[in-house]
Amino acid sequence: MSDPAAGGADVEPSSPDDTAAEPAGPTAWGVPVTESFGQMVLHPPVDRWYETVSACRDDGYVMAIDLTVVDYSAHPGRTDLPEGIRPERFEVVASLLSHATGGRVRLRTQVPESDPEVASLFDLYPGTEAMEREAWDLLGVSFSGHPDHTRILMPEDWEGHPLRRDVSMGRIPVQFRDAPSAR
Amino acid sequence: MSDVAEQATSPMGPGRTDLGPSERVYRRDETSAVLRLSEAEAAVLAGSPDDPPTGDIADQRMILNMGPSHPSTHGVLRLMLEMEGEAILRCKPVIGYLHTGMEKTAEDLTYLQGPTNVTRMDYAAPLFSELAFSMAVEQLLELDVPPRATWIRMLMCELNRVSSHLLFQATNGMDLGAVSMMIYGWREREEVLRFFEKVTGLRMNHNYIRPGGVAADLPDGWQADVRRLLELIPPRLDEYDKLLTGQPIFRGRLHGVGVITPAEALALSATGPILRSTGYAWDLRRDQPYLAYDEVEFDVIVGTHGDSFDRYAIRQNEIRESLRIAEQILDLMPAGDYRVQDKKVTPPPRARIDESMEALIHHFKIFTEGFHVPQGETYAAVESPRGELGCYLVSDGGPKPYRMHIRGPSFVNLQTLPHLMEGGLIADGVAVISSVDPIMGEVDR
Repeated sequence: MSDPAAGGADVEPSSPDDTAAEPAGPTAWGVPVTESFGQMVLHPPVDRWYETVSACRDDGYVMAIDLTVVDYSAHPGRTDLPEGIRPERFEVVASLLSHATGGRVRLRTQVPESDPEVASLFDLYPGTEAMEREAWDLLGVSFSGHPDHTRILMPEDWEGHPLRRDVSMGRIPVQFRDAPSAR
Repeated sequence: MSDVAEQATSPMGPGRTDLGPSERVYRRDETSAVLRLSEAEAAVLAGSPDDPPTGDIADQRMILNMGPSHPSTHGVLRLMLEMEGEAILRCKPVIGYLHTGMEKTAEDLTYLQGPTNVTRMDYAAPLFSELAFSMAVEQLLELDVPPRATWIRMLMCELNRVSSHLLFQATNGMDLGAVSMMIYGWREREEVLRFFEKVTGLRMNHNYIRPGGVAADLPDGWQADVRRLLELIPPRLDEYDKLLTGQPIFRGRLHGVGVITPAEALALSATGPILRSTGYAWDLRRDQPYLAYDEVEFDVIVGTHGDSFDRYAIRQNEIRESLRIAEQILDLMPAGDYRVQDKKVTPPPRARIDESMEALIHHFKIFTEGFHVPQGETYAAVESPRGELGCYLVSDGGPKPYRMHIRGPSFVNLQTLPHLMEGGLIADGVAVISSVDPIMGEVDR
């Protein structure tokens, strides 16, 4: 079935067979590239994060549209990573947009739980300042070289990072007046 | 940033390469327009005894808090302003007062319940969040939406753009002292909301656009209702023009206030009317068409100076363009299903449950467990009244999103605020906040 919203010409859903069948795999800007619903996805290693984004920017990707983090700790056995990329707990996801070609590229880098730190993209795209603060605030991945590495949505004295999978959803128990508590 | 300037000339029109400077948004030291001061640091400053007045102007800087409860901050936006006299030196938008963890909540709701959550983000344009979320789910499901559903979505979204921009006109007028404008803007918006109520059952938070289509078909006589809006609103817009656009006082308040260059807007990831006010014609409806926007005619409205007046005028004219699209949809609306006939995704009609065991099973599965979405991750973007609204969705194959992230245009656009205000007067600050048009529900999510 074709996808009305993707807009890409060659829709090729990524499946485990696709990535496994290509040992070397295609690359772009020197890093493994895959395709997800017609959208180009780059998988730079975390130590080449800044450098890869910088190369994309030099090639006309003028805007950093989005930056977020996914905590994959409750989703083991992912199959959409290319060979040679080891899944880690955190994944920083950035979407870049080129206006000359109208193309988008998404960068996903694996960030280990033991050292959750990525280079900040502020010097390339100052617009990522708030997005990186949000990512730090809610998921606890820090961005080295960020000009204002503080919480943004949660109170400043908050402890923990609520969007992590090991933080519970939180519930307020129903209370009835004058009734003995069940707890 | 000359390399950026060379590559991004096409939306500026032929022969234009002057994207303008962008260095000022890259500053990270204390010369930056962004006041990078934590609340704890501000409290220390506030607790220290006042400096004895020495007559030196540099000693008379002060931190002024505007908000979070302030009539012109459009909700619970708080601004920490570093002032020197009446001039704003630096500014820090402090947000989070409306943070309710909606992205976390989304992980606990099925895909069918998802729109009820996202619709509460941008409460002035709720249908756009529903649309972005639904488009992302449909991409993961590899689902084709019936044409009628696509066109209903377009009609509703364009009318929602009208109501959202009317709300802007109302609050913008109020912020600038044209209080009668507030009444007029709300009045016309209510006409649009009345149509929404007829179609979706609710004035706001519709939960109307759902994965697989829309919740209900358009009611009988919807064409007459839309035609009535098409006849009602344009003359009222002409009245606004008389009341505001040509008035020297109104223009004087907005001209040259809060100026931003195209290169700065790009660097700050600003989209929507803020980017277009700089003369940079970027509109996802035209440049990355989704739904059926490539089958209707409309113009992308751009400004010239990147100031508050351009942002006002763009929104005013975008209402006219949206009505133009709605008029074309009246003629082009196809017949057919309003939601996909996939029993695994779309709940069966109530009457089928009584006569079909399978329908009962599908109904039960969809409303208890929810439908399963194949593993994968995708990003879907739409042009909301405030800019690019994107939904990044990760599925682990279960009935609930593994991660749902909304790229809110208000959240990102708010970063332009310190740069727009830098060096301006505090009275102009109100005009600048208004022209950015942030919706705090979407900023804080």
